[in-house]
Amino acid sequence: MKPPPFEYYAPTTVEEALARLAEHGYDAKPLAGGQSLIPMMNFRLAQPSVLVDLNNIPDLSYIRPNEGGGLSIGAMARHSMVEKDALVAERAPLVHETMPKIATTQIRSRGTFGGSLAHADPSAELVCASVALDGKFKVVSQQRERWIPANEFFLGLFTSALEPEELLVEIQLPPFPKRTGWSLMEIARRPHDFCLIGVAATLTLGKKDQCKKARLVYLSAGDGPMVGQQAAKVLEGQSISPELFEEAAEVASSADIDPSSDIHATAEFRRHLANVLTRRALEEAYKRAIPNI
Amino acid sequence: MTYKFIGKRIKRNEDPRLLTGQALFVDDVDIPGMLHVAFVRSDYAHARILNIETEAARQHPGVVAVYTAEDMGDEWAPGPPLVSPPPTLAGVIFNSRRQSPLAKGKVYHAGEAIVAIVAESRYIAEDAADEVRVDYEPLPVVVDLEKAMGPDSPRVHDDLDTNLAAHMFQKKGDYEVARAQADLIIKKKFFLDRGAAVAMENRGVVAHWDEKSQQMTIWDTTQAPIPIRNGTAARLGLSQKQVRVIAPFLGGGFGPKAMMFYPEEMLIPWLSMKLCRPIKWIEDRRENFYATTSERQQVHEVEIALTNDGRVLGLKDDFLHDTGAFDPYGLTIPLNTQCHVTGPYDIQNIASNCTAVFTNKPIVTPVRGAGRPQGVFIIERMMDFAARELGMEPLELRVKNLIPPEAFPYDKEIIDQAFAKLILDSGNYLPVVEKAREMIGYDQFIKEEQPRLRAEGKFVGIGITPFIETTGVGPYEGVRIQIEPSGKVNVATGIGTQGQGHFTSFAQIVSEQLGVAVSDVSLVSGDTAEFHWGTGTFASRGAVVAGSATLAAATSVRTKVLKLASKVLETPEEELELEDGVVRVADLPHRSISLGELAALANPLRGAVEPGTEPGLEATDYFGPAYGATSFGVHAMIIEVDPETMMIEFKRYITVEDCGTVLNPLILEGQIHGGVSMGIGNSYYEKMHWDENGQLLNASLADYLIVTAHEMPNRIEVGHLETRSPFNKLGTKGVGEAGAIPVTACFTQALENALEEYHLEILESPLSPNRLYELLRNLTMSTYGREARK
Amino acid sequence: MSDLFNVNVTVNGTLYEREVEPRILLSDFLRHDLGLTGTHVGCEHGVCGACTVLFDGNPVRSCLMFAVQTNGHEVTTVEGLGDIDDLHPIQQAFWEAHALQCGFCTPGFLTTLVPFLEENPDPSEEEIRNAISGNLCRCTGYQHIVEAVQLAAEKMRA
Repeated sequence: MKPPPFEYYAPTTVEEALARLAEHGYDAKPLAGGQSLIPMMNFRLAQPSVLVDLNNIPDLSYIRPNEGGGLSIGAMARHSMVEKDALVAERAPLVHETMPKIATTQIRSRGTFGGSLAHADPSAELVCASVALDGKFKVVSQQRERWIPANEFFLGLFTSALEPEELLVEIQLPPFPKRTGWSLMEIARRPHDFCLIGVAATLTLGKKDQCKKARLVYLSAGDGPMVGQQAAKVLEGQSISPELFEEAAEVASSADIDPSSDIHATAEFRRHLANVLTRRALEEAYKRAIPNI
Repeated sequence: MTYKFIGKRIKRNEDPRLLTGQALFVDDVDIPGMLHVAFVRSDYAHARILNIETEAARQHPGVVAVYTAEDMGDEWAPGPPLVSPPPTLAGVIFNSRRQSPLAKGKVYHAGEAIVAIVAESRYIAEDAADEVRVDYEPLPVVVDLEKAMGPDSPRVHDDLDTNLAAHMFQKKGDYEVARAQADLIIKKKFFLDRGAAVAMENRGVVAHWDEKSQQMTIWDTTQAPIPIRNGTAARLGLSQKQVRVIAPFLGGGFGPKAMMFYPEEMLIPWLSMKLCRPIKWIEDRRENFYATTSERQQVHEVEIALTNDGRVLGLKDDFLHDTGAFDPYGLTIPLNTQCHVTGPYDIQNIASNCTAVFTNKPIVTPVRGAGRPQGVFIIERMMDFAARELGMEPLELRVKNLIPPEAFPYDKEIIDQAFAKLILDSGNYLPVVEKAREMIGYDQFIKEEQPRLRAEGKFVGIGITPFIETTGVGPYEGVRIQIEPSGKVNVATGIGTQGQGHFTSFAQIVSEQLGVAVSDVSLVSGDTAEFHWGTGTFASRGAVVAGSATLAAATSVRTKVLKLASKVLETPEEELELEDGVVRVADLPHRSISLGELAALANPLRGAVEPGTEPGLEATDYFGPAYGATSFGVHAMIIEVDPETMMIEFKRYITVEDCGTVLNPLILEGQIHGGVSMGIGNSYYEKMHWDENGQLLNASLADYLIVTAHEMPNRIEVGHLETRSPFNKLGTKGVGEAGAIPVTACFTQALENALEEYHLEILESPLSPNRLYELLRNLTMSTYGREARK
Repeated sequence: MSDLFNVNVTVNGTLYEREVEPRILLSDFLRHDLGLTGTHVGCEHGVCGACTVLFDGNPVRSCLMFAVQTNGHEVTTVEGLGDIDDLHPIQQAFWEAHALQCGFCTPGFLTTLVPFLEENPDPSEEEIRNAISGNLCRCTGYQHIVEAVQLAAEKMRA
């Protein structure tokens, strides 16, 4: 299990990296943490002929506060850096809770925030968390710079809106709304495996403690992050009750997700687990929203 | 018996090297000029090879040679049959079909080696392997055991009329008579599936043919270096003296590394001779799933006959056993199953009918447990069902049927893997059961804790499973011990070591006899240049067989030491003692001589060695047991199940072992813990998923789920009782596989107990959350999810 | 074959200068180019953890990095932790608690645990189990490893 040969570039600036990507187009692959790409190369399932290594670009590794209470995270910020960052804990509690659930310590030392998103794996925690939090992604090429909302970034299985000559350079998370609780729950065979099903949830309460806004985004539940749109409709504007959560869970697990079967779980079992997790995640998010009242 | 070294928690001699990265493993061997091999392996489980196009690979820069079966010419030959069927059993049918170094004409399982690429690096070899084109004619694939024996099944081997690999029938008493007398007959069908051994170190072979000295040196991740040497010499037309096989430190074995000969073991030394270059092949993890052996798939149709008061009169078992595409390892696994399917119970009427089946899957050979877990699973399931039918307490039913202490030695009358009738040497089972019962708080749990927790909505269950483990079978092992003039003691044995702690436990046996510090005893194992008689490390036999040989050799050396010391110290032998590396007069400790000085005196430069004596303080001895030594034990666990998510948690786990004399409790506990972890894997995490085309869907450690520290119980409490084996002087019995053997049976019992209100009947192993969900849903249909929450 | 790249990397305090093909995995580079065979390779897809080394002090899978990426950085392998006669407290604790059997996975556990115990001098059992959950061991069932970590923490606090 040895990777096939490739041409290697190690630019030190974003500009230089973009030039390499423009030069090689579809043949080139940016190398971030490499924790998904390199295993695929070792299995020879991925055989990029050019690798543009982003690890020597210091400008891409940062976590910064934004005015108004949001955050900007550089694409090459390592998972372990985000995991331990106090600002993230304060301003993005859902992300803070998510980080230790990503793979293992060793993977988190090397894996990057942006790399995980650009890989667009629907089983990846950050993919769903970024959608749940209405993150937006700064994407640049030699020609242009554009911002893509998280819910438009993920197009399908391992497919994002990134063009071959483009690079994801920053993720912005808006201020975490007031009176909002969060939860990220997963069912995995072993805690650090890709989950059988998972959900990233936020629940915002209104003045009368009713559900003002709900976001439910499911992992391993379809070809991309699966947004619980029907479930949100069930929840929004309603008074909180166990029955309401059950109804939302029922709707989410039957109408909002489209899981498939594999050796670890059938689609049916995944729907069942989504039902259970939705209810549990909403309960946890609700409890966390209350202290903020 | 009181010992000074045996039975003590002594930390291991081998560890400092392992802890600092200084221990030699096969992949660490580096020889100037060494070439590397990668294989082109079959994409198909069953296909004819129409054409192999290797020209591009041969032209690839850095490639030195490319071999197909055709390229091997007359030197291509299938491997030797390793184990024959038992000659002691009448009427056995056995169709021997063996693996070959490279597939010729046809492939029999996915991952079978077809082309060997020899190159300057493994990277280049893999690049060139990608350039080989094999044209196949896919053939219908045999995967399912029952379908394989159906009349219309495609056949794995064209020259056989069916997929029957073997058939054997064993009996004790007369089951039909028992059946006629019984008050209750229960009949069930069970499905057990395959798991992999997954030693953390994959296999590997480095072969170095030295043309000038005409010597072949092989480093091999084998559990059985001596048979590999002998077989390699025969295959290559060399004398045994010309071949040295070294099994250095091995990164775990668990059985599959005792398979002989793997295709790569036949091929790599041959390539080294052909090319006159050192050659290395290191298996990668993907190859490990396809090219290393695995086991456990069986289908059993079982009947048990009981009286109303819970006496088991008889057991009948008809089973199919998956042997994979070839059967070089004979019938070891199903023989073990037959020996363990009546467990520790006194069952006088047994009928066991085994059919081994060829399938288009990799070869089946023992994996830690080796057919025993299957047998234990069957009998323990039947006991649970019987208890339910009879309205008896499950443990009470088991206790009622235990072999009583006065019945030992107990003749099972079933031929075992050593081809002799299984005689249980010794045992006293009830105290072990009682100790386990007490340690887990069985009665208190059933009466108080479980009802209380259930009232809180918790799904908790208990399992308690007695089992036997046949261990320590022959034929023999040998050991040579020598005291050096430095006073240090060298020990050499033929068996290999894969983490069992032989460097320490055998040293303890030596220390006991010679009175030297354990750290002053150094062991060489698994190097045929050091010791070249023996078979290998398998069947939980190392401590019993090689340990007993160690005792014999140490005793012989002690005799020599005393004889010489008596002369030097002018004191009768019986007044001497061996302590702290010296021989001294018991009453006059200042009158002493060190072992090192004695060793020098025993090997004088001048003078003459007396007739009838040998130079040096050295002895070689052998041990060959007439029968194995059978351990007994009980595992018990308490688990909690989340019936919404199917996630499980171990609340308690206890084991009580009676393996006779314990050499080193620290090592014993480690063996048990590790065995339990594999057993837990086999219960709920590990399963090889073959699809209908014979493709393994989870050939990676991301998808084949070895338990991590998370999934294990926080504490496995290990209790001991000791019934010494009368068949060896140490009184010890093997325990290497005990940790793994009863776990699936015990887990299944606990799971059913936790979910008692659903009246689940589990007839398969391994399970998984997904499978458990299916079983529950089938019972309760669509209302299941809501019911569980209430 | 692609071009060779210069790598200047400090491993266990020694600066090595080598030329490598960019695809050479760090695990292979350490083992076969530098002869530091204490780092073991169990899966080459980032699951087993046997190949864990410290990269600038952080535990990483050396099978999921290219050697060329270590240029200008520091790597610590098991050989850099302690010597046979002068074991690191974690190695010593593993020895005393019988936390290894075949020893193949052990170097990966040790390298994972060094920064863990530096950051968590008094870890709970749950934290320990979490910390080692990216390292597979087939021999020990982990119990003695957990005990060794507790023992090592004690030794390191003292």
